[in-house]
Amino acid sequence: MSDPIPVSLPVQTGKHKDYEGAKLGMWLFLFTEIVLFGGLFILYSVYRSVYPADFHEGGRHLNAAIGIANTVILLTSSLTMALSIAAIQRGNRKLSVGCLSVTIVFGAVFLINKYIEWSGEIQKGFFPDLPELLAQSHGIQLFFGLYYSVTGLHGLHILAGIILLTVMLIWLVRGKISQSDFNRLENSGLYWHLVDVIWIFLLPLFYLAA
Amino acid sequence: MEAIKKHIHRIPYRTYIVVWLVLLALTAILVLASELFHEALAVWAMLVLTPIKAGLVFFFFMHLKYEKTTLKALVFMTLGLLVMVIALFFLDISYR
Repeated sequence: MSDPIPVSLPVQTGKHKDYEGAKLGMWLFLFTEIVLFGGLFILYSVYRSVYPADFHEGGRHLNAAIGIANTVILLTSSLTMALSIAAIQRGNRKLSVGCLSVTIVFGAVFLINKYIEWSGEIQKGFFPDLPELLAQSHGIQLFFGLYYSVTGLHGLHILAGIILLTVMLIWLVRGKISQSDFNRLENSGLYWHLVDVIWIFLLPLFYLAA
Repeated sequence: MEAIKKHIHRIPYRTYIVVWLVLLALTAILVLASELFHEALAVWAMLVLTPIKAGLVFFFFMHLKYEKTTLKALVFMTLGLLVMVIALFFLDISYR
């Protein structure tokens, strides 16, 4: 650490940059996200153990095909995100821009699928306070309440991720993110991967519950 | 200089692609298990495979494998805390 930093490194911008500190800060933020969704997972687990049959039945009303498709989409977007960072580390800006753009498109496709999925559920009347759902048992109402709040909160995270990655894409194209200064892209990638991890847990909890 | 070299730890493209393929394969097994197996077995498949999938993303995509021990310890402490809280909740509701 005491060795002088070569001039070619980011110090040339005239600003002090602490990569380790920035990464630690990002992880600390991710911990708060883990605890936020962790709390919702506890709520789900407790209600599921109280109403096992209703949660099983609730899962059968969901569109598992869309849930599985969205899992494949998010896993692939995580791959392109990681490849985008690996490419800029090697100085390959073109590949990095391409992979990051694909990641953003995958994020948008995820949200379009979510829109189609939710519209289908709402048309069937499975939305809190609609008469069709109110006619169902208490456990199924709880299942759908949790389904909308947890996948909705996750959807908001995807939306935030898309906005964040779009800003990164602009910086990448303009050269603000480069082979010698890619920390912001790396930390945005950490956020995107965590949102993917949360979805990895949502798939079996809701869509494969039946 | 050593710290900077460490910071730019280059992971081969191939590693990421292999991890992605494993993640897809585990997802396929999970989906098949929920379709074909008895409920108890499907729940076990979920309890085992889902953390493995999350671990792969943490370790490779999020580079945790190449991070310092301090950061690894912080992540495990957070996850450990969550697991403990979940265990306490279940102790509570199962003895009511």
